[in-house]
Amino acid sequence: MEPLTRVEGLVAPLDRSNVDTDAIIPKQFLKSIHRTGFGPNLFDEWRYLDYGEPGQDCSNRPLNPDFVLNQPRYQGASILLARENFGCGSSREHAPWALADYGFRVIIAPSFADIFYNNCSKNGILALALPAETVQALFEATEATEGYRLTVDLPEQVVITPEGDRYSFEIDPHRKHMLVEGLDEIGLTLEHADEIRAYEQQRRAVTPWLFEDLGPA
Amino acid sequence: MGGKTLYDKLWDAHVVRDNGDGTALLYIDRQLVHEVTSPQAFEGLRLADRPLWRVDANLAVVDHNVPTTDRDKGIADPISALQVETLNQNCREYGITQFGLLDRRQGIVHIIGPEQGATQPGMTVVCGDSHTSTHGALGALAFGIGTSEVEHALATQTVVQARSKRMLIRVDGKAGPGVTAKDIMLAIIGKIGTAGGTGYAVEYGGEAIRALPMAGRMTICNMSIEAGARCGMVAVDDTTIEYLRDRPYSPKGERWDQAEAYWRTLVSDEDAEFDRVVTLDAAAIKPQVSWGTSPEMVVPVDGVVPDPADEPDETKRAGMQRALEYMDLKPGTPIREIRPEKVFIGSCTNSRIEDLRAAASILRGKRIAKNIREAMVVPGSGLVKWQAEQEGLDQVFKDAGFEWRDAGCSMCLGMNPDKLSAGERCASTSNRNFEGRQGAGGRTHLVSPEMAAAAAVAGHFVDIRELEQ
Ligand code: SF4
Repeated sequence: MEPLTRVEGLVAPLDRSNVDTDAIIPKQFLKSIHRTGFGPNLFDEWRYLDYGEPGQDCSNRPLNPDFVLNQPRYQGASILLARENFGCGSSREHAPWALADYGFRVIIAPSFADIFYNNCSKNGILALALPAETVQALFEATEATEGYRLTVDLPEQVVITPEGDRYSFEIDPHRKHMLVEGLDEIGLTLEHADEIRAYEQQRRAVTPWLFEDLGPA
Repeated sequence: MGGKTLYDKLWDAHVVRDNGDGTALLYIDRQLVHEVTSPQAFEGLRLADRPLWRVDANLAVVDHNVPTTDRDKGIADPISALQVETLNQNCREYGITQFGLLDRRQGIVHIIGPEQGATQPGMTVVCGDSHTSTHGALGALAFGIGTSEVEHALATQTVVQARSKRMLIRVDGKAGPGVTAKDIMLAIIGKIGTAGGTGYAVEYGGEAIRALPMAGRMTICNMSIEAGARCGMVAVDDTTIEYLRDRPYSPKGERWDQAEAYWRTLVSDEDAEFDRVVTLDAAAIKPQVSWGTSPEMVVPVDGVVPDPADEPDETKRAGMQRALEYMDLKPGTPIREIRPEKVFIGSCTNSRIEDLRAAASILRGKRIAKNIREAMVVPGSGLVKWQAEQEGLDQVFKDAGFEWRDAGCSMCLGMNPDKLSAGERCASTSNRNFEGRQGAGGRTHLVSPEMAAAAAVAGHFVDIRELEQ
């Protein structure tokens, strides 16, 4: 996973509350056997005027001109500004996969659904919560100023506006460490490989039958 | 200090390290793998160039997408076929033992684990599937995980977990005739609700649970997740030990003796304390039928469809109203007047040989009613199917008008061609009656295998206790 320390990027505002993971990536795409390639289908039902099917070439599909991410001024955005309870609904990890594949590294909202919040940090996305008034101010600034950019400094736990306003945010140390170091949880766990091996050795002595081979299929 | 619960014992035996932040690295003894939630995990391993930590801890099987007829012709849906083929390839590449589509040991992942002795008491068992709780019936710590965690377990043989609170659900006394494990569990869910077990590891105990064979205990633990709990378990006793004897992957010889001695310690200590204790009187439990779109929407078969007007809680009342509309039912309708058009006997909840025997005992010498458009039996595994055929149960089902299928998840979730059509009403032995679960617009009534068979014969739900006299 790419380390996430300081992100300076274009902001796209998605002005809806309770955006669920079904909206983020509709169910027909879950038949995919890959973790990548969901970007073109991010927000599929809002983004296109036709019904999307897995495996389709999206470049020729009719775009919904009213959907915010289709507006030229938000192309290349890496920070998504959203409303409360973002990512609610099903636990599908395809949702953060699609957001990351599209190019988002940071999502700012007043609140997030639990599972989605966890899934984000496992996939190199910083989901950060700011007070609703702050988010409101950021929405206004983003919509008023074309090319509005924010700087998010994770080690310092602060969001910095072009005007120099600084908004600090909370994040638990475990999650922060994972994101800053660019570690997925597997990477973190493998730092303790010796302890896993030691556990196995001791366990093998006490309960040897748990280590028997299942043999060929 | 007080004694330890079974959960505490299982937890403590598997902590590799305490992370100091309320989580621990928990060692995983067995990972079960199926085709739907694993492809991205394997892809992740490949992208990061990571090997499997311990190949022999994994057992894979195809179940969710597989057809239940004409297997030799392969899988017609190309997307399902690709998902299945991907699992085949991943297992070949990483050397994982897998039961393929044509293997007679193939079946639903939660049926084949215990059947093969691949899941055992004292193990931690994970699978990218919420019904992994089933394996807790053996005295194991078994729970479902997400795809990132599947990859984590493949790569490190551990998962990061926070310790749960402990709940004891004690079912005292003896269940009456015609009252099965499924009825007991539906009654439990009806009592504590679908979020009642959230945050808890549940142990099931009491005379009625102890009296159940392993099949029934698995039915109970299977539906822990429908009560909100990620894992459910039953303490080890003679029933557990006898079940495991001579299973293909059970320990052999000296190791069996060693294992048995250890397994017998897997009970909650007398003075162990639980964070919550729920008790039920088995004698008061009647055969259950779900009427709504959540497993907690359940009533005894001699009851009626409840009236939302009697529900004081506004949110719940609205939920009941929506469920009644979806199910096309009116308050006050006697359950016995509800007429299903389809009957499904199968799923990881109720597709073991004991379930098929119970259903067949109702069907012997009878025919399904005219209003039943389709009735099918989908055995939990190829071996269950084979065993049933040895006992002539297939003939009983076929003579009664049931279809006799190959093993898989089938109409439990309708990812393969077995589905309900919009508006169709089904008596089902599966575990979820959510909107659209068995097919878009389909209406599910959860029941025991006996109750499903009896409904097939009568054309409407019947009180199995009256038949048995
Ligand atoms: S039978 Fe149903 S509940 Fe069980 S594993 Fe298959 S799909 Fe899931």
